[in-house]
Amino acid sequence: MKPRQKRFVLIGLGLVALAVAAMLVLNAFQSNLVFFFTPTQVANAEVPKGRGFRIGGMVEAGSLTREGDGLTVHFVVTDLAKRVPVTFKGILPDLFKEGKGVVAQGQLGADGTFLASEVLAKHDENYMPPEAAAALAKAKAAGAQSSRTLVVNPREEPR
Amino acid sequence: MIPEIGHYALILALCVAVVQGSLPIYGAAVGNSMLMSVAKPAARGQFLLVLLAFCCLGYAFAAKDFSVLYVAATSNSQLPLHYRIAAIWGAHEGSLLLWVFILSIWMVAVSFFSTHLPEAMRARILGVMGLVSVGFLLFMLTVSNPFERLIPAAFDGRDLNPLLQDPGMVIHPPMLYMGYVGFSVAFSFAIAALLGGTLDAAWARWSRPWTTVAWCFLTVGVAMGSGWAYYELGWGGWWFWDPVENASFMPWLAGTALIHSLAVTDKRGGFKAWSVLLAILAFSLSLLGTFLVRSGVLTSVHAFATDPKRGLFILVFLAVVIGGSLVLYAWRAPRVGLGGGFSLISREGMLLANNVLLVAALGSVLLGTLYPLFLDALDLGKISVGPPYFDTVFVPLMTPAIFLMGIGPLAQWKKTSLPELATRLRWAFAVSIVTALALPFTLGHWTPLVSLGLLLAIWIVTTAAVDLRERLAHADGSSLLGRLAAMPRSYWGMLLAHCGVALFIVGVTMVKGFEVEQDLRMNVGQTATIGGYTFQFDGTQQYKGPNYIAARGTFHVTQDGRDVTVMYPEKRRYTVQNQTMTEAAISPGFARDLYVSLGEPLDDGAWSVRLYHKPFVDWIWGGCLIMALGGILAVSDRRYRLAWRHKEADVPAATQMARQTVS
Repeated sequence: MKPRQKRFVLIGLGLVALAVAAMLVLNAFQSNLVFFFTPTQVANAEVPKGRGFRIGGMVEAGSLTREGDGLTVHFVVTDLAKRVPVTFKGILPDLFKEGKGVVAQGQLGADGTFLASEVLAKHDENYMPPEAAAALAKAKAAGAQSSRTLVVNPREEPR
Repeated sequence: MIPEIGHYALILALCVAVVQGSLPIYGAAVGNSMLMSVAKPAARGQFLLVLLAFCCLGYAFAAKDFSVLYVAATSNSQLPLHYRIAAIWGAHEGSLLLWVFILSIWMVAVSFFSTHLPEAMRARILGVMGLVSVGFLLFMLTVSNPFERLIPAAFDGRDLNPLLQDPGMVIHPPMLYMGYVGFSVAFSFAIAALLGGTLDAAWARWSRPWTTVAWCFLTVGVAMGSGWAYYELGWGGWWFWDPVENASFMPWLAGTALIHSLAVTDKRGGFKAWSVLLAILAFSLSLLGTFLVRSGVLTSVHAFATDPKRGLFILVFLAVVIGGSLVLYAWRAPRVGLGGGFSLISREGMLLANNVLLVAALGSVLLGTLYPLFLDALDLGKISVGPPYFDTVFVPLMTPAIFLMGIGPLAQWKKTSLPELATRLRWAFAVSIVTALALPFTLGHWTPLVSLGLLLAIWIVTTAAVDLRERLAHADGSSLLGRLAAMPRSYWGMLLAHCGVALFIVGVTMVKGFEVEQDLRMNVGQTATIGGYTFQFDGTQQYKGPNYIAARGTFHVTQDGRDVTVMYPEKRRYTVQNQTMTEAAISPGFARDLYVSLGEPLDDGAWSVRLYHKPFVDWIWGGCLIMALGGILAVSDRRYRLAWRHKEADVPAATQMARQTVS
């Protein structure tokens, strides 16, 4: 092969590799995007059917109940406008608390209960998960949830 | 008073950095050796000043000076001393100080170990590092000053985030930053080469050890982060593809590609422009990583909006560094040249393929990490990209890369013959396939992914064995030991690092394929069995730590009626922030970890409990450590020491190689 041809082959192979990678990536991307919805959007039936998504908001105070097996829990996520009942089987994260922000991932059941496969609380005590805070803000909840507890600066997530 | 001294030292350091970033580079351009000689003392002076600032902040923490805003925000009077010191890098401002401190350490190292470099080269390298330092010092002094006072002083501090109160957290950030910032040396070498317009094999030989050392630190840093997540977060995962992790993983991928590309530039003079581009990329990603994690942008992109000055500075700084170096690259790279030609089927060709795959993997991680941030910043909706995305993309991209990893070292430079390679490797191939197919059956159950993982791991080891055998056969020396000793250390380093990858793959494969997890309610005295181990829960007891109160559970673990171990998982409540923390109990082993963490207290002393049996999980981090060891071994090779000892800049690679084989 002449050097010129060789360069073309090289570039060609590079492009093929890129195309394959791009295809893989976009394909996987498409099927693994998880969208986020607020309780109001859930109530308005704006959520996709048969596909997982995330909801976020506040755990309604006094809504947490536990079944006899010690693992199945029920609670209500609210953006102070609408409420969504959630069921989760498993161990809740340390930062899960009534009256605090939460994000859960799962699917909407037939009876309107959100069946969570995962409850996320990857934020610290004083800090709302951004999605949950956004949901609250979006529902135009009054200033009761302001971040007055943030003394100096929001501590970023460790690691 | 002490904090003001620290503040003042930072200002002086900035002045020195400005001098270091301008005069030597200008001197190198006009050939004025007096201006160039400013670089060394400036770098050392800057180090002393930053060290002083660092010590001042450390003193403020040690002395519980809550009139310093940063100290009040990240520590507490009840926090033990070692965590108060570690709190220096517990949040944004202090992390930046650590960053600059480590940068100045690298600068001093360059100033000491660069006596063999041409003066203009050294001046440019230190100059570029000085410029990077100017950026960070300006950032700290204008918008993110760790010495800012809090008046009136706080009565007590807000305490360090309990998640960070862990021995791993004391060492992890400095390790990671040694890696991140270490790439600034490779970056400065690259920029210096672009400025000077000369880029030859000698350049690659000089930058190789620096790059490899930085890569070793980064490898250990990333592994420690993963280990910390494993035992501290209490849910047994070791990698979540979370943006914070990705931020440290992306420079690692770029650095790995760079190491391999530099090898080609060093040995064959090829891939020159590409190596330079990778050096720029690796450092840019390190900067991006630093800011992604420490600016709060991940917690919320709107953190930028609440503190626009900080966000703006970061964006401008990134744009200047990345944009500036890319412009310089576009302008000067044609002069640097592409390097020698080679056939597609050759060691160069395989290393090129490895580089393309690594960069493609890097691109996919970048997409998955930044895309949600962009959407959010543009108010186009909130999405997240789940771990399955990264898993699906990574396995197909890394499989061919690892396959090539086995062949590459056996292929000849310039041109190699495929049929001949196939003959040499037929046994390695047969052994790998058969073992990979059969082994999972003996372990219990067969899945395609388990087989694939084992295949790749065994492939790396068997091809390494073939390679070693062939090289020994060709080496001089009468005894086997003599021939073993004749192998250059860089070769052993490569072999070891590659075997580290194999161990890592075994760990990942076995954990993914065979781990057993159980969440359950356990009453006092109740037992549960997973993976052949029986756990008996003996209830919990209260106790009081220095700044927390804890419930400590007791689990007696038995296997076939024999006692194995007793495990004490804890649930702690840190009183200052009123934050609950799970401290998992882990019983590590060569072939398995047992992992117990407490969930929540239920009625009658019962708890919800999480039990794991994780086969071979420690191989994941063991593999990473061995990779890093391999890197260190490679750096200790004689050829680099030779370069340092004699001030000979231009020993042709061939002569050096000959010397190595003779010695």
